Amino acid sequence: MRELHVEEITKAVAEMYVHANYFLGEDVKKRISECARCETSQLARDVFASVEENMRIAAEGVFPICQDTGMACVFLEIGQDVHLAGGNLHDAINEGVRRGCAEGYLRQTIVEDPFRRKNTGDSTPADINIDIVPGDKVKIIVAPKGFGSENMSQIKMLTPGAGVKGAEDFIVKVCEEASGRPCPPIVVGVGIGGNFNKAALMAKKALLRPLGQHNEDSFYAEMEDRLLERINGLGIGPQGFGGSTTALGVNVIAAPTHIAGLPVAVNINCHVSRHEETII
Amino acid sequence: MKYELKEPFTKDKLEKLRAGDTVLLTGTIYAARDAAHKKLIEMIQAGEPLPLQIENQMVYYMGPTPARPGHPIGSAGPTTSYRMDSFTPALLALGLSGMIGKGPRNDEVKKCAKEQGAVYFAAIGGAAALIAQSIKASEVVAFADMGTEAVRSLYVEDMPLVVAYDTVGGDVFGR
Repeated sequence: MRELHVEEITKAVAEMYVHANYFLGEDVKKRISECARCETSQLARDVFASVEENMRIAAEGVFPICQDTGMACVFLEIGQDVHLAGGNLHDAINEGVRRGCAEGYLRQTIVEDPFRRKNTGDSTPADINIDIVPGDKVKIIVAPKGFGSENMSQIKMLTPGAGVKGAEDFIVKVCEEASGRPCPPIVVGVGIGGNFNKAALMAKKALLRPLGQHNEDSFYAEMEDRLLERINGLGIGPQGFGGSTTALGVNVIAAPTHIAGLPVAVNINCHVSRHEETII
Repeated sequence: MKYELKEPFTKDKLEKLRAGDTVLLTGTIYAARDAAHKKLIEMIQAGEPLPLQIENQMVYYMGPTPARPGHPIGSAGPTTSYRMDSFTPALLALGLSGMIGKGPRNDEVKKCAKEQGAVYFAAIGGAAALIAQSIKASEVVAFADMGTEAVRSLYVEDMPLVVAYDTVGGDVFGR
């Protein structure tokens, strides 16, 4: 049994929460520059130029990429041969978020209660998701999630008869309804199957997969391609000003489901699609 | 077309602007988002005096990251405007000249803006570090207890904007 002090997790969460807010992943940067070259309208090209200039300024480490430094979504895969010592794991993760928020000059973005809305002052608590996996390592992913795009997300409990067409129509409709609100070009995370809660979690996890990396199952890889083409065919374009890039990518995750069901969850992310991971 | 727009933001300066034009804005604007809008509307409904002037002013839907030492503000991009839709007609009725945010809004806001000769501008969502470079001064002027959601007075120089809704019903999102 390997022993790991929870302080190591605090440190990793703090560092990744800050880093993700200043440095966008290479996959997203690459995709943005590819799409920028495809736009023909001046307004769309101007948007991409601003987005790329913004990334350069943020990477100097003074100004975060976006003022919405996000709800800290933290995913842990904990090897079953690891003993976490030195304190409560959830407290350790939240301490990492608290530290990152202060040290990285990140925005205090979380309220205590959905109606009474008192700011917690340190962007805690994090959204914590834990899986136990084989092995003696701990994988930590930190994904700060902005809410302009989160608010555009939807879930629908389709029934089996809806089939591929019904599911794809719904996913495209969610993007169409979101229009220019979620800071397009967007990244579309889709969870299909499972149950109500599992579909939503899969949709969020789908956003963690690097852009350009398809679902390993060719059935879903082809679905991702079809969806991206249809969503970009909507013409919403960067910021909703019109253009050929409405989405940078579509990532689908599927899972076994009930004989009566076909849940489909669509989690929208903006072009500031942030996620970092480390293995301890 | 490209324009420069300088304060005071009187409505006569807005008439020539058309959806899709780019504008560099210079002057003092107010930052206010969800919580401040809700509070302002409650004060209007209660007949209380407002802590800021609305007539001929611009409101920017924005809540910044904390300022680092030596900087007036942190990152400062627009938040999604439709959340302010239900509050906006009352501010337009008081003579608000313009709103700055991101994304399309409801028909009521579009109609009221046109009737009042006001303009809705889009800033580039997610370009918050870039936009921060055009903000030269920032001061909390109301609702300090709201933190990032407090009302701020911002002095901006050449803030890059796109005309989203103009005074003749043009709409950059619906073109």
